[in-house]
Amino acid sequence: MAVFNLNINGKQHEVDVDPSTPMLWVLRDHLDLVGTKFGCGIAQCGACTILVNGVATRSCITFVDSVGDKEITTIEGLSENGDHPLQKAWIEEDVPQCGYCQSGQIMNAAGLLNANPSPSDEEIEMAMHGNICRCGTYTRIKKAIKTAANS
Amino acid sequence: MTTVKTKLDRRSFIRSSALAGGGLLLTFSWLAPACTTDSPKQLTMPDEWYELNGFLKIGNNGAVTIMSPNPEIGQNVKTSMPMIVADELDVDWKFVMVEQAPLNTDIFTRQLAGGSQSIRQGWNGLRMAGATARRMLREAAAHEWKVPVDEITTEAGVLYHTVSGKEAGYGEMASAAAELTVPEEVELKDIKDFTIIGTSRKNVDGPKIVTGKPLFGLDYKAEGMVIAMIEHPPAFGMKLKSFDATEAKAMPGIIDVFAIKTYNDDYEWQWSDITSFTELVAVVGKSTWEVMNAKLMLNVEWEPIAEDNSQGVPVGFENTADHYKKMEEAAANSSRERRRDGNPEEAFRKAAKVIERTYTAPFQAHNPMEPMNFFADVKDDFALLAGPTQTPEFMEKTVAARLGLPLEKVDVQMTRMGGGFGRRLYGHFMVEAAVISQKVKAPVKLIYSREDDMSYGIYRPAYHALYRAALDADNNLIGFHVRMGGIPDSPLHANRFPAGSVDNYLAESFSVDTNISTGAFRAPGSNFNAVAEQSFLDEVAEAAGKDPIQFRLDLLKRAQENPVGSNNDYDAARYAGVLEQVREKSGWDTNSEGKSRGVAAYFCHNSYVANVVDIANKDGEPVIEKVYASVDCGIVVNPDAAVNMTEGSIVDGIGHAMYSGLTFSEGQPEQNNFDMYRLIRHGEAPKEIEVHFVENNIDPTGLGEPPYPPVMGALANALYKANGERYYHQPFVKNSIG
Repeated sequence: MAVFNLNINGKQHEVDVDPSTPMLWVLRDHLDLVGTKFGCGIAQCGACTILVNGVATRSCITFVDSVGDKEITTIEGLSENGDHPLQKAWIEEDVPQCGYCQSGQIMNAAGLLNANPSPSDEEIEMAMHGNICRCGTYTRIKKAIKTAANS
Repeated sequence: MTTVKTKLDRRSFIRSSALAGGGLLLTFSWLAPACTTDSPKQLTMPDEWYELNGFLKIGNNGAVTIMSPNPEIGQNVKTSMPMIVADELDVDWKFVMVEQAPLNTDIFTRQLAGGSQSIRQGWNGLRMAGATARRMLREAAAHEWKVPVDEITTEAGVLYHTVSGKEAGYGEMASAAAELTVPEEVELKDIKDFTIIGTSRKNVDGPKIVTGKPLFGLDYKAEGMVIAMIEHPPAFGMKLKSFDATEAKAMPGIIDVFAIKTYNDDYEWQWSDITSFTELVAVVGKSTWEVMNAKLMLNVEWEPIAEDNSQGVPVGFENTADHYKKMEEAAANSSRERRRDGNPEEAFRKAAKVIERTYTAPFQAHNPMEPMNFFADVKDDFALLAGPTQTPEFMEKTVAARLGLPLEKVDVQMTRMGGGFGRRLYGHFMVEAAVISQKVKAPVKLIYSREDDMSYGIYRPAYHALYRAALDADNNLIGFHVRMGGIPDSPLHANRFPAGSVDNYLAESFSVDTNISTGAFRAPGSNFNAVAEQSFLDEVAEAAGKDPIQFRLDLLKRAQENPVGSNNDYDAARYAGVLEQVREKSGWDTNSEGKSRGVAAYFCHNSYVANVVDIANKDGEPVIEKVYASVDCGIVVNPDAAVNMTEGSIVDGIGHAMYSGLTFSEGQPEQNNFDMYRLIRHGEAPKEIEVHFVENNIDPTGLGEPPYPPVMGALANALYKANGERYYHQPFVKNSIG
């Protein structure tokens, strides 16, 4: 076990965990930030996506000892009042069905828009390729990303 | 105006509120309602709530809470079921909050997510609940104002007496209304008077979903809760022999490691119980990562299940190659007749042309994005279970039997489910969680890894179908023969189309035994029938030189005007209706030039769906440009959500037909995570989906399953147009598996 000081959603958090613990479980089990979801554990589904210094990152394979003082953003910290353009667009387009993958989809889209504020359809498809939606809401996700990009 | 008998009584809702109180030691409120408005601040909490029946309560300020009785699995019932109550209650949707009801068989019927039946079977009860409360509010106002109740009207949560000019909000009358006797009969609204049903309302959990609030079973947390995982046999046909937990127990954070039995020896299994892996090793610890690591240190010995096993499970280790051989053999040797019209043998003898094709489909894993999990807190005399389940009522019985508790001492709370597709109809994980909690005497959250989940079983069965068609010299379809089976069940629906439209018809089914556990998977049976039958009809139409839509419509006309046989289980006019609509909307007759288009239509779970799929070739790869859907599910309760469900089903259907399948080697699934098991991804979805509904006033039917099967057939037919190849075996993309 070791103590880590993490910068999550603009606040310092101290956790005492095994250094090999993935950020996914640090967030979920130790900090009660359960918006980041467990889907596959091997970075194949994207449900656990967070931002590390603004870059979309799979938290299930990001070990806590690799994070240092980088800025971590989770779905809970994407905006203060749930009014990030992507969150608003997700509501506007009424994207979710079961909803389980959607926080990972939104965080991955946030990483995309950070790097490319007005992505083309193809760029959206490429960037979102690693995020599975088992309910098949892909067409709405694409629409919502475009709505957010245009806002 | 329709009048219905009410079935609500006072006792039932008093019990409901006692349960909702629960005395749960939760760190956050699971019962926090979902708001129907984007700005929850518009809704202020009342000082008092008054329960008018088990479905709803009204606050003294006019706020309304509606209970959503059925499990929410992504089919949107948590929004659409309360919409039905709210419409009959005649309130403004803005002032409605929605709560997920717990399992309560005294008040609610069929609290189950499956078969696309929630809306269809809930329809009357939900309307009655709203109408009853509205009636009681009107009676309270009539009494207060000393006027006849018939003179009291309502609009958007306000009671009016036009003659005297009196008016009052529901909140002002709620206290008095709650004291009244529940009326024996109530009037329901005319369909034309609906103000909420038929209008698009956003997912009530949307704001929580997009902000990452705890909603799902995996998010559940309680004071003192520990984490558990299980290790199950690596192959079907194996069971636990022995295990050494020394190393696992020495790992940090580990509380205990032990074997569990899912069922008591004398237990009589019900349909929702799964019997493939009944003895497991459980690892319990303080945190998920610690338990995952300890699980890797387990030393478990498994052994083949003996021939004389008490579970009645077939022995041996199965392989995919043998599966297809066994189905071919069974098709040839052990098919049983399920329906016969006319003289099919003679029709085939006399035929000018006979078309014969074979179709197959693999086992598939449900793979909902939220892996299996459940919370259990088992005490000596009471058990609380909470989590994602499609069958709370059935599984409560299994859990109660396993724990030796009476049913009323087992409380089941339903969390929102991260998908299910049939997987969570089978709640073995609830029993496992309960047994583990009982053993460690602590609240437990059981979590499956993706690998545990995908290799546990309950798969969509593997299927095989032989289709034959006989055409006469004038290209009329004079004989039709289907012989269809699966491992372990046949997907045949002998009385569905084209039964009823062909004079000489023969349907046969067969089955092959297996020790691989299987279960219902989105649109069971239909998820194979539609693609096989609709691809086959496309070939038959082609052989007959007919347009594929007109060919189907001609058959349906026959089924409508002069049906063969009397027990055809579809409405030929509604079936034709969706085909005609999709023909018009897709511009089939006017806009097909240069397009690679395929059509299909199917009826299942009481609804009708037709699709046209357009494919373009891009650098030699087929790209799905557009999918048209025409849907007849009667009255559409929540149109935009219904469009969403249809779009999602189309993407899901295309994905499973193209890419998904599970293979076996020596009883072991060869894929256990998304690196090997392929699911459709963003860029593979259609570029555009256009959904249309047939407008009518027929009572609503479900949409969770009906839009899933037909698109697979339309896809196969469009692919043929694009590249000249017919697709007989799923998945269509051959390098998809392993």
